[in-house]
Amino acid sequence: MSEPVYIVDGSRTPFLKARNRPGPFAASDLATDAGRALLLRQRFAPDALDEVILGCAAPSADEVNIGRVAALRMGCGLKVPGWTVMRNCASGMQSIDSAINNIRAGRSELVLAGGVDALSRAPLLFSDAMVQWLSKWYAAKGAGQRAALLAQFRPHYFAPVIALMKGLTDPICGLLMGQTAENLAYRFGITRAQMDAFAARSHARVLAAQKAGHYAAEVVPVYDDKGTLYAADDGMREDSTPENLAKLKPFFDRKYGNVTAGNSSQVTDGGAWVVLASQAAVDRHGLTPIGRIVDSQWAGLDPAQMGLGPVYAATPILQRHGLGLNDLDAWEINEAFAAQVLACERAWADDAFCRDELGLPGALGTIDQDRLNVDGGAIALGHPVGASGTRIVLHVLNVLRRTGGRRGMAAICVGGGLGGAMLVERI
Amino acid sequence: MRHFTIVREADGLAQLVFDKAGSAVNTLSQEVLAELNEALDALEAQPPQGLVVRSGKDNGFVAGADVDEFGEVKDEAGALALVRRGWDAFERLAAVKYPTLALVRGFCLGGGLELAMACRYRVAIDETSTRLGLPEVMLGIVPGWGGIKRLPRLVGGPAALDLLLTGKTIDARRAKKMGLVDEAVPIRIMENTWRGVLRTLPSPRDLPLPLSLTLNGIARKVIASQAEKEVAKRARRDQYPAPYAILELFRKYDGNALAVPAADPASIPSLLATPTAANLVRVFKLQERLKGLGKEEAFKAGHVHVIGAGTMGGDIAAWCALRGLKVTLQDQSAERLAPAMKRAAKLFADRLRDPRRARDARDRLVPDVAGDGVARADVIIEAIFENVEAKRSVFAAVEQRARPEAVLASNTSSIPLEEIAQALTDPARLVGIHFFNPVARMMLVEVVVGRATREAVAAQAAAFVRQIDKLPLPVKSAPGFLVNRLLAPYLMAAMHAVDEGIAPETVDEAAVAFGMPMGPIELADTVGLDICVEVGKLLGGAAAPPKRLMELVSAGNVGKKSGRGYYEWVDGKPRKNPPGAVPQGLAQRLVGPYVTEAKAALADHIVADADLVDAGAIFGTGFAPFRGGPLHYAAASG
Repeated sequence: MSEPVYIVDGSRTPFLKARNRPGPFAASDLATDAGRALLLRQRFAPDALDEVILGCAAPSADEVNIGRVAALRMGCGLKVPGWTVMRNCASGMQSIDSAINNIRAGRSELVLAGGVDALSRAPLLFSDAMVQWLSKWYAAKGAGQRAALLAQFRPHYFAPVIALMKGLTDPICGLLMGQTAENLAYRFGITRAQMDAFAARSHARVLAAQKAGHYAAEVVPVYDDKGTLYAADDGMREDSTPENLAKLKPFFDRKYGNVTAGNSSQVTDGGAWVVLASQAAVDRHGLTPIGRIVDSQWAGLDPAQMGLGPVYAATPILQRHGLGLNDLDAWEINEAFAAQVLACERAWADDAFCRDELGLPGALGTIDQDRLNVDGGAIALGHPVGASGTRIVLHVLNVLRRTGGRRGMAAICVGGGLGGAMLVERI
Repeated sequence: MRHFTIVREADGLAQLVFDKAGSAVNTLSQEVLAELNEALDALEAQPPQGLVVRSGKDNGFVAGADVDEFGEVKDEAGALALVRRGWDAFERLAAVKYPTLALVRGFCLGGGLELAMACRYRVAIDETSTRLGLPEVMLGIVPGWGGIKRLPRLVGGPAALDLLLTGKTIDARRAKKMGLVDEAVPIRIMENTWRGVLRTLPSPRDLPLPLSLTLNGIARKVIASQAEKEVAKRARRDQYPAPYAILELFRKYDGNALAVPAADPASIPSLLATPTAANLVRVFKLQERLKGLGKEEAFKAGHVHVIGAGTMGGDIAAWCALRGLKVTLQDQSAERLAPAMKRAAKLFADRLRDPRRARDARDRLVPDVAGDGVARADVIIEAIFENVEAKRSVFAAVEQRARPEAVLASNTSSIPLEEIAQALTDPARLVGIHFFNPVARMMLVEVVVGRATREAVAAQAAAFVRQIDKLPLPVKSAPGFLVNRLLAPYLMAAMHAVDEGIAPETVDEAAVAFGMPMGPIELADTVGLDICVEVGKLLGGAAAPPKRLMELVSAGNVGKKSGRGYYEWVDGKPRKNPPGAVPQGLAQRLVGPYVTEAKAALADHIVADADLVDAGAIFGTGFAPFRGGPLHYAAASG
């Protein structure tokens, strides 16, 4: 690859589980709080940035270009452009990729890229029937027309559409994301017990990592207006054991499915940023990068199988660099669903899949389990959609720094049938 | 004409531009009012289709009467002449046949608002700097140029009395809502608006029915007597006669002070018979003097770093963020910052009604456990607990990371600056910036100049204090500086009186009757009795501490913050019994030590001169403003 792109630093808010009501922070609050602390500790002033790029899958109606909102709120000044990218679950990886492109093209040297979502604040929408009725009501003239309209009104018009559920439904195949995970479980013969075991491991690993202080370095404490401190991720549970997880009911294919809320990623609010720099910016500001981004890849696949996105995206990178699965010292595969991560592993281990789908001579093998999601993942931490891509790129570097490893891969599946992957190298 | 310009437009409209010669602000001096009459003559000779009255200054419309002329008033006749020339000029303006419009941008106060109200229309520019009000009451005088007549007609009796009696100012939007102005518009359509109004001549807004009823004679009596009850809670008639005079002018004379018989307590001669007005004008001038300190200094902070997120540190940080600075707030753990963040959010919500501006303030206040802000800050304020070793280690670390030009300041109230400065390789960098509790309400900030403190640093500190809209008072680094030094003997005297068996309520009543805003015992409870003990040790010399004080502190009853001190505190308020009869001489017993200490502080050159002692006493301790300060009071009472 040409011009190196460095990761200088990164931070994120705690990932805060949505608790059936709007959370304490708007998405731009989260982006601002994570970013201003990160910028404070840099050797350059915030207005030295060339641009701010923020991934967000569901910006609220009052902050649609949330990248610009966050840039201004963080004090980057009027002259630093800010913009927003959207690639569903990979929006926070797309922002990094967009920054890479602009750095390589010479348009930018120093970029703040990140991702954010406040899923707890996803709105309730009027149903189509309600919107139709309301438009007639506003157009109605006189009491007679209004009375007639009132007579036509049906109580079910009030039933709201949950925007979040719309977002989690594939518009092409009509499946809920969890149903695409059921597809993968069926295809690769993944059992409920295997999913629950994976989910329990995710919780256990997050708890262990938190206890060891592995997350503290990347998490910025945030405060709401009541002075409540949110210092750490709050989705993981001590009692998420295989036994307890087995008690949960299937959520997406009701009654007879395998995918439950417990072996899926959580609905969560959070934001994350990384500072990306060219060689020139590193030299000019005297920065000490923690790593560099070696390569990145996007892939498309059947929306009904979207969970295999990491396989389709990461494999070409491995091929380009002549790497096997375990030539990487750390892997972060975003845990949208336990079944989906397990399916990725099965796919790489499957001769027929690798031959037919990836054009390889045979199976790639299996990733050592002590290299994959060593500090747990989105099943326990949560998946604030837009933020997750940034989080796993930052975290895989932090794992490499801790373990002394050299290369790592962050990969993510994307609703709509996409996969994204980034190869990073510690410095 | 030197101060006014008449600009005639092709379409028949005219502009009367007020740009007072030789003055930074527009004030209505005798000369200016005379010239206004000249301008009206010229306009009458060739009446325009409509006239806009506007300011030629960037900073505001009109600040009011010329306060310096108050001092030149030698006798009753002079005072009455001063009232008459404004009253007559504005009566004349109000009676002109052509339509008139006041275009208000920036401050529009006192006589300035009375001028605007004499016009048929008012257009205010919707900017934060636009403030309208009649602050005369705060100077111990009454709006005598038609304000008491015209304001009720525009906004109704109750709202008018609220503005007249409190002296508070309002912004353009609020003025529009009340009916004080006809339009509140952004600057971008300012020119279109005044021209549009003068061309279309909309019928002036009538007072809504219930409010129009507040102007008849009986209603005036009723609402004035209600308002008087509120006034009586805040100000005694013998100490502050002006609000009572305003009520009487509203009730009986339709705002015409010239119509009041000289013997009436509401008359101008009666108001001038007490020293209150002169003393309040003095207080105003002292305030202007403090505001002028640090004016020559170009230093402007962009970023303040505060170390220590306790009550003082947290509130200092919040205040600075409120005033538009970027602030980083450091303490030892994220948990310790939480109460400060909570109080800050409340301050922003209370002071900035627009939620977007409150959000901006919140965004400017950055929690910073790692202390990363030290390397960026222009001003670094240490506000940790009072321990010299701890403070030294803070500054030793700060000096390593701070920018070489950053101002290093301690908020210490009791540790000599020189002892803390030992930790610095350049001790001349350290200055004291001493805030008072509650930070958001206390105007005064002592700028403590240590023996080694570089002059330039002290000047920068004063400029910073002005930047955050507080009043800087440069003081010498000596125990208690000025404010605590003045307070200590007064509080001790009060506590000794309690030791002798006088009820705390009675002691407080004696001081309040003297004119203090709060009694000394209640103040001691508010400050914290533990702190009183510390300050007493620092300043008290060999004198034995009050017995009851020591009992309370050793029992952990340290006042408001612990829920019990001399008083029991419930929901932030003391539970008080009715005071007993105040013994003869009690007030003098309390105030005497205060005055003695003020003289001693002056002799010790704690501040530069006697006026600054009085300024510190008034703005730092609330010393009865109508008495003009302890030294002024002592001189006046012989």
